Amino acid sequence: MGAMGGLMMKAIAHFIKSFTLWELLKGLSLTGKYFFSRKITVQYPEEKTPMSPRFRGLHAQRRYANGEERCIACKLCEAVCPALAITIDVAEREDGSRRTTRYDIDLFKCIYCGFCEEACPVDAIVETHIFEYHFEEKGEQIMTKDKLLEIGDKYETEIAANKAADAKYR
Amino acid sequence: MTEELVTITVDGQELKAPKGAMLINVTDKENIRVPRFCYHEKLTVAANCRMCLVEVEKAPKPMPACATPVMEGMVVHTKSAAAKAAQKSVMEFLLINHPLDCPICDQGGECELQDVAMAYGQDVSQYSEGKRVVFDKSIGPLIATELTRCIHCTRCVRFGEEIAGVREMGMTSRGDRACIATFMNSAVTSELSGNVIDLCPVGALTAKPSRYSARAWEMIQHASVAPHDCVGSNVFVHTSRNDVVRVVPRDNEALNEVWISDRDRFSYEGINSEDRLTTPMVKHNGEWKQTDWDTAMGLASDKIKAILEDEEQGADKIAALVSPNSTLEELYLTQKLMRSMGSGNIDHRLRQSDFSGQGSAPVMPWLGQNIEDLENLNAALLIGSNVRKEQPMISHRLRKAAINNAAQISFVNPRAYEFNFPVASNISVAQQHLVNELAMIAAASYKASKHAMASHLKKMLTGLKPTVEHKAIVSQLKSANKATVLLGNLASMHPNYSVLRALAEAIAIETGSALGYLSEGANTAGAWLAGAVPHRAAAGESENVVQGYHAGDIKNQSPAAVILLNVEPELDSVHAMKDTLAQAEMVVAITAFDSPELRETANVLLPAATFAETSGTFVNVEGLWQSFNGACPSQGESRPAWKILRVLANLLDQKEFDYMSSEEVRNELRTLCESIELNNATSAEVEVVEINAADELMRSGDVPMYAGDALLRRATSLQKASDAQSLCLRINSAEAEHLAVTECENVSVTQGDSNAKMNLVIDDSIPNGSAWIPMAVNGADQLGDAFAAIKVEKV
Repeated sequence: MGAMGGLMMKAIAHFIKSFTLWELLKGLSLTGKYFFSRKITVQYPEEKTPMSPRFRGLHAQRRYANGEERCIACKLCEAVCPALAITIDVAEREDGSRRTTRYDIDLFKCIYCGFCEEACPVDAIVETHIFEYHFEEKGEQIMTKDKLLEIGDKYETEIAANKAADAKYR
Repeated sequence: MTEELVTITVDGQELKAPKGAMLINVTDKENIRVPRFCYHEKLTVAANCRMCLVEVEKAPKPMPACATPVMEGMVVHTKSAAAKAAQKSVMEFLLINHPLDCPICDQGGECELQDVAMAYGQDVSQYSEGKRVVFDKSIGPLIATELTRCIHCTRCVRFGEEIAGVREMGMTSRGDRACIATFMNSAVTSELSGNVIDLCPVGALTAKPSRYSARAWEMIQHASVAPHDCVGSNVFVHTSRNDVVRVVPRDNEALNEVWISDRDRFSYEGINSEDRLTTPMVKHNGEWKQTDWDTAMGLASDKIKAILEDEEQGADKIAALVSPNSTLEELYLTQKLMRSMGSGNIDHRLRQSDFSGQGSAPVMPWLGQNIEDLENLNAALLIGSNVRKEQPMISHRLRKAAINNAAQISFVNPRAYEFNFPVASNISVAQQHLVNELAMIAAASYKASKHAMASHLKKMLTGLKPTVEHKAIVSQLKSANKATVLLGNLASMHPNYSVLRALAEAIAIETGSALGYLSEGANTAGAWLAGAVPHRAAAGESENVVQGYHAGDIKNQSPAAVILLNVEPELDSVHAMKDTLAQAEMVVAITAFDSPELRETANVLLPAATFAETSGTFVNVEGLWQSFNGACPSQGESRPAWKILRVLANLLDQKEFDYMSSEEVRNELRTLCESIELNNATSAEVEVVEINAADELMRSGDVPMYAGDALLRRATSLQKASDAQSLCLRINSAEAEHLAVTECENVSVTQGDSNAKMNLVIDDSIPNGSAWIPMAVNGADQLGDAFAAIKVEKV
């Protein structure tokens, strides 16, 4: 009989809730609560959220202070890249140093995991704070060595600051 | 003698080992890993890196496993705390001066130091002082040095002394100033020098041609066979993104052990040469045009068909010249195509000039023994062979025999070559006197054996007065337990080859030695088996076989159509073929490389794959069939030559050319060859004519080590090496005085109607009466045939 009684009670509660629009009022109360609370919407692009120094955005290649490119073509980033997005060709430069003749990152393949940055023994390849970019033509998604170095040159101060901020945790 | 066995305990495991064996040999055999740098199983023990320290119970200190002989009841711990502590300290010590440049080091990823440091080292060093720097030395075009990385294991030094037989590298100074150097800062010139790259446990010695081209982890390894000499050394071809980036040895104790020659190691550079032919080309009114396969093949087959159907011309007017570096499949298909069209004009012996004994030649030129057995020889006579440069791995075995076995090895050569082992007699006489010299040895051997002279030799040998040296060679061969008489590459090129062979056989029989051949190129044996000779079809079959003209006669037969397979006629043939090819209506060149000479003589160029891009088989001088697969796709539109030949045969409406794979071709030939037993005895007696050596200056020459085939000639680094030669005339100082010419001047050389000017080098390794002009180098063909009387004059 107990089970039968329980079922009966549930049916009665359901009947009352249906007629008093209980569910609707419950929903509206949540709406009302947010309607009057403080808004957290960020007015992008006028406003931006703060970013961690570890943020992994668009890639860049850095140089040393004397203007020499850092990359030594060790191919560790190419080896570690889980998406096989990096392609490197190497040759000996006239001064005998080991340098890339091609350093391409396919941004369509890249999953922004940051492994390349982790693998780099000379902090040459980094991921910057830049996340707002687009491509208009097919092929533009290939970040060539020149493009990467250009970004590196432009944002070097910021990249260096981020690296410094994160250094103590490494 | 049975070996005495002792029982030792290693890491709690009881092992039986021959008494006196080094501990590291025993642990290696049982797969117990002991770290090492200086120890190498093929080199002597130096025990200077100390990495293999292990704990031996009752010994006061850890012992180096490479220099500790096993003794009864020895208890060894390779992984105990004491052993580990010792290994860790040694590792730390070795890393004190080792630079942290792994990211730019070519050895990175395959470095023994890296591996051992990961397994046995620690991550922190107590050393914080400055590291030492050693300046690099330039030691030639093949080996790059980075001597700061050197850990002084001295493997390279020991290799030079013990294997290469030339002490080119050594260690100077001591303590922290010690460094590896070449004497007087000269280049390393050994023909085996590339092996130090593999031996070096760190990145101090790396391959210069492949410097920085790929990292160890991105290369794909393909088993293959070296395509340049009759040893058939086993190699691995390493590719990265479908490009061949290097070639390294593949261990095979029976052939090349763990070594390969520089020629086999660096010839791959030719594959990516700028000369590669990547599209079919046809000549139209004297203009070369790139075209597609259908057009090119159609043009070639239509013309050949027209010649076949022409009543005046017919199959007899079709000829094929093939390279002995082609694969067995390519050679067999060419032969089958030629014979099924009804022509026997096919030959691979493009550098041979005496064909008179071809009917009695063995089914293939066989070494007469296994390569491995050569190191057990007690005596050997090599006739017309610069074995050190021509077959470096055979030379290595002979060297082992000479050094470990005190074997008496003698040479009869047209030039006084240098060898890297002790030579009993090194007879050198001008090409034209070589037969007489050998006849003396043959006469001495008959005298020693007291047998009656063979009837065909009697006329030639009677009355000869052998010298002490000749008699000594005979007695060495006769008294030896194991002896051999080998005919080398230069013998096969000799204008009296058949006589040399008859004499060599007589010497072998009378002294109880094995007669053997050393053949040119990678697949001369295969070419004989495939039937790429005018008088025999596949498997040496000579009955009911279409007979044809040999390479020497094809030249004079004005063929209407010629098929060239991997041949550059002006360099690969001693017969001046230019006019013959020029008059032919259709010259089809199946070739991997484009060249101005081919463009001049050919009508259709069909791009073929190189050895790394095709599947195929090479038969080595032991008669060993070694098949391999392509390591990478062939460049551009080029195709494996066996496919080209198969389609050409289809287009020419020949039957039974429906092969779907190179294995089918090989298996067909394999079945034909099943009953062949190798035997070097000549089946008929060669008519020996008396040789009247002319008194004039005779041109002769050899094929320089790095000029033998089209691929080698395009291997740029090898062409910079000291064994690469360019066109020059060499005569000895006596001849120079006689001709009143001096070193380094241009001289005018006249041969028949042709004349050329070339640089003169005075070289006392050239015998009197001989003017040495290397073959297969650019310009060598402008004078005509490679053996003839020439005149040298001051310009």
